[in-house]
Amino acid sequence: MRVIILGCGRVGAALAQQLDESGHQVTIIDRNQDSFARLGSDYRGSMVLGTGIDEDVLRRAGIESADTFIAVTNGDNTNAMSAQIAQQIYNVSRVVARLYDPVREETYQLLGLDTVSPTNIGVQKIQEMITR
Amino acid sequence: MYIIIVGGGKVGYYLTKQLIADGNEVVVIEKNKQKVEQIADDLGGIAIHGDGSDARFMQEAGMNRAEIVVAATGDDEDNLIVCQMAKKKFGVGRTIARINNPKNEHIFRVLGIDATVSYVDVLVAQIEREIPAHSLIHLLTLKDVGASFIEKDVPANSPVVGKPLNLLNLPDSCLVPLVIRDGHAIIPKGTTVLQAGDQLVAVTTVENEDVLDRLFRGELMPTA
Repeated sequence: MRVIILGCGRVGAALAQQLDESGHQVTIIDRNQDSFARLGSDYRGSMVLGTGIDEDVLRRAGIESADTFIAVTNGDNTNAMSAQIAQQIYNVSRVVARLYDPVREETYQLLGLDTVSPTNIGVQKIQEMITR
Repeated sequence: MYIIIVGGGKVGYYLTKQLIADGNEVVVIEKNKQKVEQIADDLGGIAIHGDGSDARFMQEAGMNRAEIVVAATGDDEDNLIVCQMAKKKFGVGRTIARINNPKNEHIFRVLGIDATVSYVDVLVAQIEREIPAHSLIHLLTLKDVGASFIEKDVPANSPVVGKPLNLLNLPDSCLVPLVIRDGHAIIPKGTTVLQAGDQLVAVTTVENEDVLDRLFRGELMPTA
């Protein structure tokens, strides 16, 4: 599977390493060169410097032939926009966007995006733990 | 009309001022506290301090009764999400987005934003009009249909001087509906003979702009 990950933060970097280890072809994008330091030295995938809402950057990362696009920058709006570019302009078959804001998450789910809200997941998990 | 503007920077600020002067009810949502205070001082308590793509502040601004939402921040991703949230979550009829990077214009169109204003494009068009050396002046470009209105001066040394319009070899998808001569408008016929110093207004498909330009510069020859 050809995977593009947007955002080399803690989640992006860990995901990139795991997918790379399981043999997928991974490209990670970040607008800050220093972020790539989060990747371990055994990471064999590619790194692209640039912003994820720029089509030239996305193309450089190989979006035209990607099967999966994961948007995990720290900006909800950047994630929502880049995920829509991947889904609607480049027809990437599997697109996931992280949205911290639960209301935005709900809206973009209705718009047909696969979304993950760490806020909702955290709230649920903690609630389960304290009411058990 | 009730209008919500997201982003109270220079664009948002002057737009708000103008819209209020025109008699509209306007609310601004702005992230930066100083800008909010500035707007409050100058224009009254119409600014909300917060993230305009966050539903909480959209709600507070009364987004569900807004007729128009203008996303005027300096970040295209924010402008896109503001417009989509306004439309999908709050049912706003009209959304207008400012585009900071001209490359994003087609993305916005594909993603269903009704109207966009690209700062850079407007500026470039304006500057083009002011530079006399530029041989074609864009009066209006209708992007959706790929057509434009252009203005063209006929230089004295152009091979088209002394030729009637119908012998110019104009591309098929190009029409000259107006000739301005000595400050007077002439609605030309095919037999109208061009003179040096005429200003032509042409309607053409975007692809044919270049052909028109070359024809007038003498790189392509008129017939006969």
